[in-house]
Amino acid sequence: MTDAPAAVAGAIVEADAVSKDYGGRRVVRDVTFTLRRAECLGLLGPNGAGKTTTIRMITCFTAPTAGALTVLGRPVVAGNHAAIKTRLGIVQQEESLDPDLSVEKNLLVFASYFGIPRRTAAERTDALVRFAALAEHRTARIGTLSGGMRRRLMLARALLNDPALLVLDEPTTGLDPQARRLVWERIRSLKRQGTTILLTTHYMDEAAELCDRVLIMDDGRIIAEGPPDALVASHVGSEVIAVYVGDAPAAMRPALDRLAHGPWRTEHVGDVLYIYLRDTDFPTGLLAALDGVAITRRGATLEDVFLTLTGHALRD
Amino acid sequence: MLPTRRAFRIWRRDLESWKRYAPSFFVAALSEPIFYLLAIGYGLGRFVVPIDGTSYATFLAPGMIAFTAMNTATFETTFGSFTRMTQQHTYAAILATPCSIADVVAGDILWAATKSAVSVGFVLVVTALCGLLGSPLAVALLPVGFLVGLLFGALGMVVTARAPSYDFFNYYFTLVISVMFLFSGVFFPLDSLPRWARVFAWFLPLTHAVDIARALATGVLHRALVVDFAWIVVVAAVAFVLGERWVRARVLP
Repeated sequence: MTDAPAAVAGAIVEADAVSKDYGGRRVVRDVTFTLRRAECLGLLGPNGAGKTTTIRMITCFTAPTAGALTVLGRPVVAGNHAAIKTRLGIVQQEESLDPDLSVEKNLLVFASYFGIPRRTAAERTDALVRFAALAEHRTARIGTLSGGMRRRLMLARALLNDPALLVLDEPTTGLDPQARRLVWERIRSLKRQGTTILLTTHYMDEAAELCDRVLIMDDGRIIAEGPPDALVASHVGSEVIAVYVGDAPAAMRPALDRLAHGPWRTEHVGDVLYIYLRDTDFPTGLLAALDGVAITRRGATLEDVFLTLTGHALRD
Repeated sequence: MLPTRRAFRIWRRDLESWKRYAPSFFVAALSEPIFYLLAIGYGLGRFVVPIDGTSYATFLAPGMIAFTAMNTATFETTFGSFTRMTQQHTYAAILATPCSIADVVAGDILWAATKSAVSVGFVLVVTALCGLLGSPLAVALLPVGFLVGLLFGALGMVVTARAPSYDFFNYYFTLVISVMFLFSGVFFPLDSLPRWARVFAWFLPLTHAVDIARALATGVLHRALVVDFAWIVVVAAVAFVLGERWVRARVLP
């Protein structure tokens, strides 16, 4: 075992210029960041940005090609994998519950992988079944559970070893709004207890709701970092106006030109003109000239930051 | 990499999830040897001249014991392990804990060998009741069944590691398992074959399992048994090392 004191006090994860190559292609490039104790850090980015690969390196599923990666005070090298994973809770993207076992047996068997004594495992199973709001389904087989229940069980399973770091890879993908909110509520209650969380998501509202800080990745690099509010304020501003110019008759061309060339940032995406406002002194009269054109005006969000930084092009 | 004691936790998982299928397993383990004995041992056997002075059913019984061990373990680490590795993502889930790929692979193989030993137990009971076992040494076929289970469990894992889909197992079952089933001395003595065929059969691991089973069932021990055991252990060890490496390359790229 190689034990190294963490360079940053209270650092749970420290990545220093970490890179990963797959088949000669660099999918993570010189990623440097710190995850502090009791922090909830979001890893955002389009498909192929390198989020999941970063998570796989932190969780000892794949080795970095270059750079230094320290998790829970230990360098991520083969000899440390078991010691690190003993203290990790991981909710993977794919559902991986045991279909032949009941809810309760899923937890008990999973606890045994950590070598948790039977009695402790039974107590934690009791508590976690309630935490996951599955008390009435203890003896149910996995096949009979809804998507939301399964995801909550995956979350409960990741908490069996009382992890020092909880890693959630797209924890609410595919869930309906009610099920998502229940998962969020559970995650918030973990945050209140001081659990350190690393999460990836494609939902910007989820990241804004749960994360103290987010990293936005694109093409393997970290391109922005900070608390969601601060990122919104610095990259987008306070408000966004969307003008659906596709419907606008030719007579409105001058009015649209004035909109597109004001002292504010604009962007044309498809048939929509976006106007990003840093403060509210926008002459509303400009919009009055566009009678009959659909216009929405709303507060700026993390999604605007994301699209501003990573562009609107599809990543297939 | 080598497995640790954590492999037994995986064995335990396999046992827990198998409980649901236990009834069908026991029905198959009991009925299959009975049907084989009736159809081939006694049915076909009536038209066969006595082999080495014994009835055909007596000749067939140890062979059945060996191929039962092979079949049981092979199904477990092909279809069973493949399902856990791909469809159910069980391997990925376990790898989020201190258990390693070596533990998972070893646990699955140990479980396959356990099932083999249990299946062999059923065949032993059936063949003993029919008076086809000539020696109390036959009891030693339980641990031998376990060993043969380790061998074929490990071989199955090698195939599973590289299988793109379930269909791929058709190649393994028809080109490898069936060949062993038919040409390893289960149904007829290999001495009667031309030399090249005997050499070919020697390399088939099941040939050695059948040889050991026949020696213990009849109580006629001979020196070549040491070679039989050695070959089984060598093939099992090589298959484990290869299987572990290939499963790791697949699950943890």
